[in-house]
Amino acid sequence: MKTIFKASVALPAAISMALSMTAMADIKIGVGAPLTGPNAAFGEQIWRGAEQAAKDINAKGGINGQQIALVKGDDACEPKQAVAAANQMVDSAKVVAVIGHYCSSSTIPASEIYDEAQIVSITPASSAPSITERGLVGVFRMAGRDDQQGQVAADYIAKNLKAKTVAVIHDKDTFGQGVADTTKAALKAEGVETVLYEGLTRGEKDFNAVVTKIRSSKAEVVYFGGCHPEAGPLVRQMREQGLTIPFVTTDCTVTDQLVTTAGGKKYTDGVLMTFYPDPRNLETGKAVVKEFRDTGYEPESYTLFSYASLQALAAAFSATGTTDGNKASEWLKSHSVDTVLGTKSWNEKGDLKESPYVMYKWDADGKFGQL
Amino acid sequence: MDTFIQQLVNGLTLGSVYGLIAIGYTMVYGIIGMINFAHGEVYMISAYLAAISIAVLSFWGVDSFPLIILGTLIFTIVVTGVYGLAIERVAYKPLRNSTRLAPLISAIGISLVLQNYVQISQGARQQGIPTLLEGTLRISVGDGFVMITHTKLFILAAAIIGMLALTFMIKSTRLGRMCRATQQDRKMSQILGINTDRIISYVFVIGASMGALAGVLITLNYGTFDFYAGFIIGIKAFTAAVLGGIGSLPGAMLGGLILGVSEAQFSGMVNADYKDVFSFSLLVLILIFRPQGLLGRPQVTKV
Repeated sequence: MKTIFKASVALPAAISMALSMTAMADIKIGVGAPLTGPNAAFGEQIWRGAEQAAKDINAKGGINGQQIALVKGDDACEPKQAVAAANQMVDSAKVVAVIGHYCSSSTIPASEIYDEAQIVSITPASSAPSITERGLVGVFRMAGRDDQQGQVAADYIAKNLKAKTVAVIHDKDTFGQGVADTTKAALKAEGVETVLYEGLTRGEKDFNAVVTKIRSSKAEVVYFGGCHPEAGPLVRQMREQGLTIPFVTTDCTVTDQLVTTAGGKKYTDGVLMTFYPDPRNLETGKAVVKEFRDTGYEPESYTLFSYASLQALAAAFSATGTTDGNKASEWLKSHSVDTVLGTKSWNEKGDLKESPYVMYKWDADGKFGQL
Repeated sequence: MDTFIQQLVNGLTLGSVYGLIAIGYTMVYGIIGMINFAHGEVYMISAYLAAISIAVLSFWGVDSFPLIILGTLIFTIVVTGVYGLAIERVAYKPLRNSTRLAPLISAIGISLVLQNYVQISQGARQQGIPTLLEGTLRISVGDGFVMITHTKLFILAAAIIGMLALTFMIKSTRLGRMCRATQQDRKMSQILGINTDRIISYVFVIGASMGALAGVLITLNYGTFDFYAGFIIGIKAFTAAVLGGIGSLPGAMLGGLILGVSEAQFSGMVNADYKDVFSFSLLVLILIFRPQGLLGRPQVTKV
């Protein structure tokens, strides 16, 4: 009787021990990205990048002998859902770090939750200046900042396109309007007048009214702060209304989907955008790019940024020997990390010390190339 | 002046499309007094069907525009009609005699199911079709000009023809008569030998078909759509239906046109940021002075 009693107590205890052992054996890292919704194409890039990085790091023995396990957090690019996903990753999944998010409007509320939980988060894509301007300790980015992006676009519009008047259009989102505002300010500093400043609604497809307005504003260049689901129809409707002036936009259109949403290569021909130099051409990333291509996946735009983010996290955790968020942030701010994107280091705010944006142009074949 | 006319053209094309989708809301409301919240998704599915049909037809080597359009319209309208029928069977028929709110919730459920079904089966990426109808009409107005693409002219024509065909069907055919009878008094129609269950199904099919027509037209015009495309346009079309008087067919079309034109003109003259604020304020104003909408019949309490 006694032994049976003991066994019945011991068995569940052993099981729960075993469960907690496996849980301890993995370092859980969250990936917060729009895995569904209109921006799911970018969410997939971020997930694929992190997935491949985890696989590679695990194959080399993981972090301090522990394997990385990734946890999905789908924010659908909705601030509310981002908060829910962040809470779920922190509270239920007990992640020790997060790669994410994609949309700035998601990164901002989610990062506050990570900060409260004192874990490190690295966004591979969000570029709103305010993300790292709020004094949060563990927030880093692998991406550039909108003010840098807007500056490059404004320089190009003023010096290369030699425009005197510009129409600035945005999509009323944190990212789109943020970058439009920084561009507008930079343009003003260069002596270019913004003759039209309008917002359009994300999710809509008919921007003919705005296009007609651009036409009557006599602007010489259109700058659009927004993403490809709206940029495509906007540029198409401009061309359909006989408006052939240059169209300059952001790095949020860096996907062949721009051609799809515009309805053809002839509409995207000549579209200009700011983006980082193609990470796929970097010497440091050759091996990883090949790995991706071997699995039949083209590591477009943010894939490698996500890969590099996990490399940075792994480096910080390995070097400090713990998964303590504060120690890791301190380490990241005082050391540099070799990633697939080259050697990266961060300043006190968590911004990359150097982040070069360059101009890209779409050609008649529906491809984009660095200028 | 040229700007005003251009905005008018912009608004009319947008509005005619709103109107076509609004018909689906208004017909279903007219006959069973419910809002079919899955209707936006019906439109979204028809956009996918149109793209599939265009792709298949061009794969078969059909390259004349009228043939492609005819084939696409027939295929899309028929298959979308089947979706409409299925929605009625799954979400409405089993709940025919339950509380008024139950079918509302089940329709929202269907709408989510359809959205996710399309997202999973077709992917979350933006989809697109190539431009089928090239060419633009350029009209000089004063010292400016107005540009109207041939696609837009086609949309206006197709929307008008679709509306006329539907009006003829409702006013002058046996099916239309049965629809109107069921709308006026379902129980009495039943007593007189009309299979009202079947009529309700037909109404869903007709509503879905008009949504399909809109889906094909929008896909032609904008060339791009995704699984989420039905949401915003569904809300706008619903607004158009209420504006024109829900339950009234000409009201739906008129509401759509008013909504489209007011959005475009307001964006043009004031600010595109607040165009939705403007159109919804317009809706509120109209409902204050005419609670039944522009062409709706006032609600008579039946004794």
